[in-house]
Amino acid sequence: MAGKLKLATVWLGGCSGCHMSLLDLDTWLIDLAALADLVYSPIADQKHFPDGVDLSLVEGAVANEEHLALAQEVRHKSRVLVAMGDCAVTGNVTALRNQLGAPDRLLQQIYVEHGDARGVLPAAPGIIPRLLDRVVPLHAVVPVDHYLPGCPPAAPQIRALLEALLSGAPPPAGGRFG
Amino acid sequence: MAARTLTIDGQLVSARAGETILEAARDAGIAIPTLCHLEGLSAVGACRLCLVEVVGSSRLLPACLTPVSEGMEVRTASERLQANRRALVELLFAERNHVCAVCVASGNCELQNLAVQVGMTHVRYAYLTPQCSVDISHPQFGIDHNRCVLCTRCVRACDEVEGVHTWDVAGRGVNARVITDLGLPWGEATSCTSCGKCLLACPTGAIFRRGTSVAELERDPRRIAVIVASRQERW
Repeated sequence: MAGKLKLATVWLGGCSGCHMSLLDLDTWLIDLAALADLVYSPIADQKHFPDGVDLSLVEGAVANEEHLALAQEVRHKSRVLVAMGDCAVTGNVTALRNQLGAPDRLLQQIYVEHGDARGVLPAAPGIIPRLLDRVVPLHAVVPVDHYLPGCPPAAPQIRALLEALLSGAPPPAGGRFG
Repeated sequence: MAARTLTIDGQLVSARAGETILEAARDAGIAIPTLCHLEGLSAVGACRLCLVEVVGSSRLLPACLTPVSEGMEVRTASERLQANRRALVELLFAERNHVCAVCVASGNCELQNLAVQVGMTHVRYAYLTPQCSVDISHPQFGIDHNRCVLCTRCVRACDEVEGVHTWDVAGRGVNARVITDLGLPWGEATSCTSCGKCLLACPTGAIFRRGTSVAELERDPRRIAVIVASRQERW
């Protein structure tokens, strides 16, 4: 299968609804498998992001240090990067916490003040990534090539974008924002 | 009535004296994006989306407030204007919390439509994410300041069409807020007649009918013009 394109999908700070929408493409996923190999994805068993990816779809906002590092790695190793869904495009629901101030205060409220009697702050360096001060959209940390809005984007929108980009055409214009 | 002939985007257009560039352009089928403008209400030139280039003027002029004149040459869609409009819409999105996914007006929102109209794909500016209040003290309606763009269409609809002036604007710059009865909670604003014209006029999900959930808000701002027109003298 030489010449097959390498496709990746990435899940940052989002609800996985965009990936559910991708799975809503049902039988077209079989056609997609003929066009591209899924080399990294939350729905594929691959631990490390590979080199030389042709197209990466990124769901979710950048909310913690792991997201930030992964976003940078994905950008570095991908030819074309798409912000998929409102969280990646605007921050959306993931960014609602920005109105409430620094994450330390939020964690204190949620885990200690409103937690059970033995509530402690979650802390496990190297295992639980630290929250960033502010949740930001993908383009705030790495250059993004295309934007696919929607919460989630409808399956036909994802298909139209994939069909265009995998054939080297520009993505379809129009639609709606948010 | 005296006629004026002008050029808009290279097209020869005939307009009545006293008409604005916006009216003349729309009559000629040339679309200029607007947000604070609503037919039936006075024009205020607040949103700056309808700014156009007029040959001979070094400044950009608001089409909704600038009267046509004989021989005027207007450009409505130069690269500079398009870049300005995209930046303006991005700044509107950045200033408050326009989270479409959890907004009553999603799918029936002039701000969302404007984003598509001006070719905005994302917001290049840092979001301000201010803490804004939601007032649901009125038994029928609510105001969510997270979604307000300060177009003042509610203020003008209440003042000019209902004749009440419950709404006004307090504060300056990014701290400006629309208020009811000098800053009382809406439910305590005794001047409010609960007519709902502010709801009709609002371009976003800022003013909503209570009980409306995400993407459920339906309202037609053109009904303001219908009300105004039906009050005109008929003979």
